[in-house]
Amino acid sequence: MPRSRNKTDTGERHMGMQTAAAESAGSFAALVEPHLVYLYAFALKLCGEHATAEDLVQDALVRALRAQGSLRNREQPRPWFTKVLLSAWSDRSRREAAHDQDVALEDERFSLFDTLAEEDPFPYSDRLHLDFLDLFDDANLTAALQRIHPAHRTALVLAYVYGYKAREIAELTDTTTGTVLARLHRGRKQLEKALWEYAKQRGLLKGEDRR
Amino acid sequence: MIACREAVERLWTHLDRTLDGTREEELEQHLGLCRHCCGELEFAKQVRAKLKETAETPLAPSARERLGAFVQRLSNK
Repeated sequence: MPRSRNKTDTGERHMGMQTAAAESAGSFAALVEPHLVYLYAFALKLCGEHATAEDLVQDALVRALRAQGSLRNREQPRPWFTKVLLSAWSDRSRREAAHDQDVALEDERFSLFDTLAEEDPFPYSDRLHLDFLDLFDDANLTAALQRIHPAHRTALVLAYVYGYKAREIAELTDTTTGTVLARLHRGRKQLEKALWEYAKQRGLLKGEDRR
Repeated sequence: MIACREAVERLWTHLDRTLDGTREEELEQHLGLCRHCCGELEFAKQVRAKLKETAETPLAPSARERLGAFVQRLSNK
């Protein structure tokens, strides 16, 4: 059967072409695979849109392939991939327009805890604060995060979604631990306000967007 | 004793276990006497848990496939 013979021929030719270079490229795929879902989820938190997240991961992968020489720990490449993705993200966000949606930070005294108690959006609830957080599924939370200043959002996501320590975030984002701590502080304040404003503006409190 | 505002400012750092000794002691003393700030502390834990929950956003199978194919193309270049 000519067709299957062709297939075998192609397969053999392909095997024959597996030079050392191809092998190292193949190991790149093996290196990336276990971290693809993480990279995508992380990118989505940073940029808020699926299409952009996919672009960002692709951009990061191209950079990672080129920069493979700088990867010291092949056993645990996740922080390295994270750093490559962050550099792709930082170049992109620098290119993009100003961040009109950032939550205004003037009111440093804003407390989401107190606001919920005062506004009492669920009068019949005995777990008001948890009910409020339950309004946020993954997509809503990702959307609310986009209202936070990019540098603060990045620190917040690294610290509280992925569990990096402040000094590790400093290393990943090429800054000092002091700057990271300041960004986390402001990021938390912005997050409280972002969650409240997002819920109000999207009608989550009235049950308009509840599933 | 430190004021509520000061206590609330320290809650996340307390949960990160990075408050220094004196500041930690002052906070604990405050929490021992202030119900409001205990509520704030509980809520801070819940917000943090909410963030952590989203670590593994499921990837749509079509996007997974496209990225997988992209990695393969990249590897074979």
